[in-house]
Amino acid sequence: MDPLILSRIQFAANISFHILFPTITIALGWVLLFFKLRFNATGAEKWMDAYRFWVKVFALSFALGVVSGITMSFQFGTNWPGFMEAVGNVAGPLLAYEILTAFFLEAAFLGIMLFGFRRVPGWLHTTATALVAFGTTLSAFWILVLNSWMHTPAGYELRDGVVHATDWFAIVFNPSMPYRLAHMLLASGLTVSFLIAGFSAMRWLWGDRSDEVRATLRFGATLGAILIPIQIYAGDMHGLNTLEHQPAKVAAMEGNWETQGNVPLVLFAIPDQEARENRMEIAIPSVASLILTHSFDGEVPGLNDFVAEDGTIEHPPVAPVFYAFRVMVGLGFAMLALSWSSVWLMRRGRGVEGLPRPWIYAFVGMAFSGWIATLAGWYVTEIGRQPWLVTGVLTTREAVGSVTGGMVASTLAAYLLVYAGLMTAYLGTLTYLARKAARHDPLTPDVPKPDAGIRVLQPGE
Amino acid sequence: MMDLFGDPAVWLPFVFAGLMGTAILVYVILDGFDLGVGLLFPFATPTERDRMVASIGPFWDANETWLVLAIGILLVAFPVAHGVILTALYLPVAVMLVGLILRGVAFEFRVKAPTRHRGAWNKAFFGGSLASTLSQGFMLGMYITGLQFTWANIAFATLTAVFLTVGFSFIGAVWLIGKTEGALQAKAILWARRGIWGLIAGIVAISAASPLVSARIWGKWFSWPEIVWLAPLPILSAVLVLTLWRVLHRLPLDGDRLAWAPFWMASALFVMAFGGLAYSFYPYVVPEQMTIYESAAAPESLIIILVGTMVVLPIIIAYSILAYTVFRGKATELTYY
Repeated sequence: MDPLILSRIQFAANISFHILFPTITIALGWVLLFFKLRFNATGAEKWMDAYRFWVKVFALSFALGVVSGITMSFQFGTNWPGFMEAVGNVAGPLLAYEILTAFFLEAAFLGIMLFGFRRVPGWLHTTATALVAFGTTLSAFWILVLNSWMHTPAGYELRDGVVHATDWFAIVFNPSMPYRLAHMLLASGLTVSFLIAGFSAMRWLWGDRSDEVRATLRFGATLGAILIPIQIYAGDMHGLNTLEHQPAKVAAMEGNWETQGNVPLVLFAIPDQEARENRMEIAIPSVASLILTHSFDGEVPGLNDFVAEDGTIEHPPVAPVFYAFRVMVGLGFAMLALSWSSVWLMRRGRGVEGLPRPWIYAFVGMAFSGWIATLAGWYVTEIGRQPWLVTGVLTTREAVGSVTGGMVASTLAAYLLVYAGLMTAYLGTLTYLARKAARHDPLTPDVPKPDAGIRVLQPGE
Repeated sequence: MMDLFGDPAVWLPFVFAGLMGTAILVYVILDGFDLGVGLLFPFATPTERDRMVASIGPFWDANETWLVLAIGILLVAFPVAHGVILTALYLPVAVMLVGLILRGVAFEFRVKAPTRHRGAWNKAFFGGSLASTLSQGFMLGMYITGLQFTWANIAFATLTAVFLTVGFSFIGAVWLIGKTEGALQAKAILWARRGIWGLIAGIVAISAASPLVSARIWGKWFSWPEIVWLAPLPILSAVLVLTLWRVLHRLPLDGDRLAWAPFWMASALFVMAFGGLAYSFYPYVVPEQMTIYESAAAPESLIIILVGTMVVLPIIIAYSILAYTVFRGKATELTYY
């Protein structure tokens, strides 16, 4: 098989698997800090219980994020040597700053955060928790700067086909960076909101009526209710920014084949790239024009603008971008409906008891909705950038390495196998921890009985 | 500022080669001991395994970050070489990564997953450590022989893979001597006595092979007057090996005296072996093919990384020391939160 498509699948598989875990740890770090501060302020045991449970999820997610991230740092060289050769002068410093300012910070203080509770003063433990949360966010900042620069490059010049940096301020604050960063950080917050609410709902269904479960279910639902409208607004702004800088992507998202005014908002369709039209389209007339240009008859660029005279297609494949966009937006509105209605129901005075059974089930069902929405969003933006790797500078085809298809296929198979196993173990372990917590077992694994005279390690004690 | 030390196209690549070398060296020593602890897993009882993991639990993540830094510097400072080296080592890199993945997650899963799965995660921890170490040793061998996949080179690389694995088990064992007490410490001393040959064989094999592979390296070592001022390196190494041997056969001593001595001596040996390698290969980053000067990124990009590095590196060292200080002393039970 073609090493290009195999390398793309491998990169997509690696980064899709990887991003799931930072998406949890970025926001969960801050949530843990919140739990810890609430406990420090109120002394209420439920906040420490919540901290104890979720710090385990954090540790597990962090480990998976670290190891899958190491894989990412090697992928550039093994599969995409052309990338660093062409844009290394910009990408290099950004990656270096991520490693130097964020990775070491997280790694060094993670040990203290996880295992140092009894070894360091309380303030240092709280500080370590804050620094880990800060480190994960800083890491997200640098990587999104680089990613945004690849979408909307700025502050550079080309010399002999190689990018040279001319203005670091313009590189860091490139046109799409603020929108993408905000969108991703909010996505992380929402993922964690619904994860916490979902697992708390699951424990509720298993009969756990502890103050901890009440507090975390309420916390997750409320945080989700606060973040989702901000996210919808940020997403809209991000879309308008994309329309300005990458109109082909927006055309694919909307399934808009012709440049025209009064573009309908396509709710559902089957985009047909051969016939260059939508089949089975359900649409609201003129609304896409309204959203994108704030006027019903506003002209919106269509995919026909991105077909060269000789028929070469220079826009991204339409169907995956189109579908992924609808998955993301659909989940966003489902989050809005669920979080707002449940906050309203809980506000009517009866707390979690005020939530009807279907709402509890809905939270369980939506526990990983943040993951799916985040992945769908990334597919929209990354597939939507094709055929470019760095818009206008480097195509994906130009960057791929010389490794044979067979070799890529073998490593791809190995990665997929490992990832499938790890995902099963991760979900299984999370459920196991939740079930144990629901039974009020101490969160200590039932370790073998200690040998006489030797104290046994009791992780999670 | 860039011209302060002469031509930036000369001194910047040199400084970055130094930084990369330092990062690799720190990685080899730090992740060497925690990979080594994983390699010793099959020889330990379940209780000892918990204690062994406790001795590296707070550190392993930061230790592996040095690998990311090393590969990051290769990536950002020598982008072309990064592509050449990693494309050539495609499969061993993949094996190493899968190994590091398995090992890294096993830390968490072995204590969080249901107890009946613990045996499987212990195997994953050992298997991952083994796969990572073997592939790192293999890559070291391939690199020394010039990244050419001939049968002779593969045979040599297989040999270095075995030596490095024994060498890492050795440094893992001497770490445990410092970090544990009682029966486990006694066991670790035995492991170290048995494993020291891997370290010696590894250093000898690498030292002997690199001048034989390349006439240039031969010339750098065995010419007048270099041979005189290079002589302390092998002599000091030999003295260290002998001292290490003697100390290991006298441990444990009353009051836990000298418990950390083997670890520091082993680290010193790694430093010297690494220094010798760095001297041999300079100025090449891809052996005999590409120098650091040919493959360096643009000076204006390197300088911006260097400024950040100069600011951040001391801070990183400071809080790494803080982390090691917090968890100093004998490994005790690890408690979350």
